[in-house]
Amino acid sequence: MSAFVTIAFDGFAFAMVLYLISVGLSVTMGLMGFVNLAHGVFAMAGGYVMTTLMTRAGLPFAVALLSAAIGVTLLSVAVERLLYRRLYGGDELDQVLMTMGLIFMSVAGATYLWGPVPQPMHPPALLAGQVDLGIGVFPAYRAFLIVCGAVLVTLLWLGVERTRFGIALRAAVDNLRMAQSLGIDTSRLFTLAFALGSGLAALGGGLGADLLAIHPGYALENLVYFLIVVAVGGLGSVRGPFVAALLLGFADTAFKYLLPQFGAFFIYALTMAILLLRPRGLFGRG
Amino acid sequence: MAEASAVEIFARRHRLHPLEALPWLAAAAGFFVFPGYLALGGQILATILYAISADLVLGYAGIVTLGQAAFFGTGAYTAGVLAAHGWGEPISGLLAAALAAALVGYASGLLVLRSSGLGLLMQTLVVASLLAEAANKWNSVTGGADGLQGMVVWPIFGRFEFDLYGRTAYLYTLAVLFLGWVAARHIVHSPFGRSLTGIRENALRMPAIGAPVARRRLAVYTISAAFAGIAGGLIAQTTQFVGLDVMGLERSGSVLIMLIIGGVGELYGAFIGVPLYMIVQDRFAVADPVYWYFWIGLLMVLLVVFARGGVLGLVRALRARLRR
Repeated sequence: MSAFVTIAFDGFAFAMVLYLISVGLSVTMGLMGFVNLAHGVFAMAGGYVMTTLMTRAGLPFAVALLSAAIGVTLLSVAVERLLYRRLYGGDELDQVLMTMGLIFMSVAGATYLWGPVPQPMHPPALLAGQVDLGIGVFPAYRAFLIVCGAVLVTLLWLGVERTRFGIALRAAVDNLRMAQSLGIDTSRLFTLAFALGSGLAALGGGLGADLLAIHPGYALENLVYFLIVVAVGGLGSVRGPFVAALLLGFADTAFKYLLPQFGAFFIYALTMAILLLRPRGLFGRG
Repeated sequence: MAEASAVEIFARRHRLHPLEALPWLAAAAGFFVFPGYLALGGQILATILYAISADLVLGYAGIVTLGQAAFFGTGAYTAGVLAAHGWGEPISGLLAAALAAALVGYASGLLVLRSSGLGLLMQTLVVASLLAEAANKWNSVTGGADGLQGMVVWPIFGRFEFDLYGRTAYLYTLAVLFLGWVAARHIVHSPFGRSLTGIRENALRMPAIGAPVARRRLAVYTISAAFAGIAGGLIAQTTQFVGLDVMGLERSGSVLIMLIIGGVGELYGAFIGVPLYMIVQDRFAVADPVYWYFWIGLLMVLLVVFARGGVLGLVRALRARLRR
């Protein structure tokens, strides 16, 4: 019983991190039809900036995290305007190559700036210990991660459902040309969506720095997981990836506890099975 | 002169052009000019075969895959495990590698080729990850993360032993590459190959002229997997070691880069892109492998933005300009 609770708890925390990082990817891929393999770079950048601000500049956790997210958001706008924009609606292979190139550059850049070892992640003193939730005793930071993730997810969903930006976004995902005809400035929308997704990824990368260790190979090694969340959830969907992240988070944690000798093998097999039954993902539009 | 008939055009396309001797002359010259670099040379030759396999699916059939390493790795592990468990005969080892890779290609092709675009990309990646994880965790057979050790490869035809300088390995790889190139050349110029190009250009119209699109795609995917398997087997036999990196995402990705540098869908892009990439990588890696990644990444970004078509594309653009 206690093993089950632990798996559920850790799985949930992991799912939150996966979702925060991947939801932006789902929107870029669904909205712009862009194969953005480099999305993890933004999450990694968030993690690096946050840990550096904390360890070297001595900033408190919350300040470091927010600065990292804002910094990465601004950076992503520059990258989108300079590079991504040129390839919208273009050849898939070009997109794969360019974003692969960005990943390679990120690997080299991170090694150059921070060295090959993973960055230490020290939760603030308030969240360092254990917390008793009645059903068991858990690491306080993981509990915080779940709460924080839940708040962000709620805000995101409210934003997509209620704001003008969200309405325009959904309209553009549904039918890009019609949205343009109605006078929605899709070029600006793309940039905003890209920036929002990258900012969320940076938050996810920073918050999840103890689950997905911040190291130079981050974007390459975790790429499959981010893509699985998007592909299983369904492109362009905001809720689909949430379900997919939950599935992946629970399954990954469960397999690692119960069948560590198989590693991620069953995760991939499960993904394959889901994609075979539903090629457009669980919530993809047919 | 009257206009050449279509038959003549096709016949001419298949005819050997003098320039096509160039890579082979270079490879033969390399054997004598750089005796100290034959190990690297052999790797380059095997990787060219691997790049040709990727060109078949990507350049001719237009299937963008991120999982080509799955077949390369399957071939490498097949040849490697055979040699480590007492069957070191190299040629049958390569055939086994080709067969195993083709089987994996056929089976996974049945599944992944049903989708296209992003879904396909994803599924090829997942298949490769699945196999890589299997190789990682199946310690008793593959050696896991430590790599497969204890391979004993017998002399070729029982006569030519693999020597320390990589002379035999180089010539052996060159011979296999040549056979592979001849086969690939026949394939792309055959009606089958032409139909692949047709599918790439317009997958909706091809059924209208009676081409079974799904079957053709599966066929080329399987053939390409076999080629990749042979390339993997070659690397395993000549280096007498198989590491987990043979299935890695990096190997799937880097082959696309090499093709792009050379030129996609040309069959010769591999002969230009692979040596360029690997020689520069070798030079850079001596200085600092980290910088290498930065520059190759930057090069990819610049290539995509400025120089589509790779080296062969640039040459063609230059020639077109000169002719004017």
